[in-house]
Amino acid sequence: MITLGNYLTVSAMLFTIGFAGVMLRRNIVIILMSLELMLNAANLSLVAFSRFHVDLRTSLPNYNAQVFVFFIITVAAAEVAVGLALIVALYRARRTTHVEDLTTLKF
Amino acid sequence: MQLFLFWCAALLMLVFGVAVILNRNPVASALSLVVSFLGLATLFMMLDAYFIGIIQVLVYAGAVMVLFLFIIMLLDLRAENLRKINWPATAGGAVVAFVFLIQVLSVIGRLTDAKKTFPPLARSTIDDVRNVGVTLFTNFNFPFQVIGVLVLVATIGVVVLSKRELANK
Repeated sequence: MITLGNYLTVSAMLFTIGFAGVMLRRNIVIILMSLELMLNAANLSLVAFSRFHVDLRTSLPNYNAQVFVFFIITVAAAEVAVGLALIVALYRARRTTHVEDLTTLKF
Repeated sequence: MQLFLFWCAALLMLVFGVAVILNRNPVASALSLVVSFLGLATLFMMLDAYFIGIIQVLVYAGAVMVLFLFIIMLLDLRAENLRKINWPATAGGAVVAFVFLIQVLSVIGRLTDAKKTFPPLARSTIDDVRNVGVTLFTNFNFPFQVIGVLVLVATIGVVVLSKRELANK
């Protein structure tokens, strides 16, 4: 049978893939995609816990976590829109999306 | 049977997640991300969260990915030509990610709840959009309005950021 641990393991792996993407890739658009992967890994463990903590009275999943996931999806969509607008503005000014070419703020 | 389906969906999600960060071509990365999100939506539905699964397909595989592809084509990003790879930084990043994974997995290994299966539900939750809606509009009414303001601010911010400045002065 599927245990809670299965879902949490898969979620941890997905988060690590996103984390590795942010650490290793040098293209800003790909880094933004990796951020999305990490947010979705968090969503997966939230939904797994929601299904695990069944309400004793109604015997239904705990919907607080699912509402939280709904909020995360909304914020992530807004974040992607703002992030991509920033990339467009950056590309207009500097003609690049490669983070190694953007070193003005580097210490 | 359910376990088999679970690992199919999980493997689909993880393999295409790796493809996102390994592809050199941004368009291929974006399309891999769509497949990865479809696998994730399958997992949501297997957890009886049908509303979240459908939202995942509509918002991520639909709206967000169209935005990504649109920007990739607008900026005309090509497959990156190989640059000199900074090996110490790459190895360091890979090691940090690996250590992080080991640490999270060890925490999950110690969690006693992690070995329990999911308790059964009284009935199918295929109509869970009603339950999510009731929770959203009663317990989380104020955060819901705040999120509306956030989306409005993001919309205005995007318009301001991407507006071309008229010839300076």
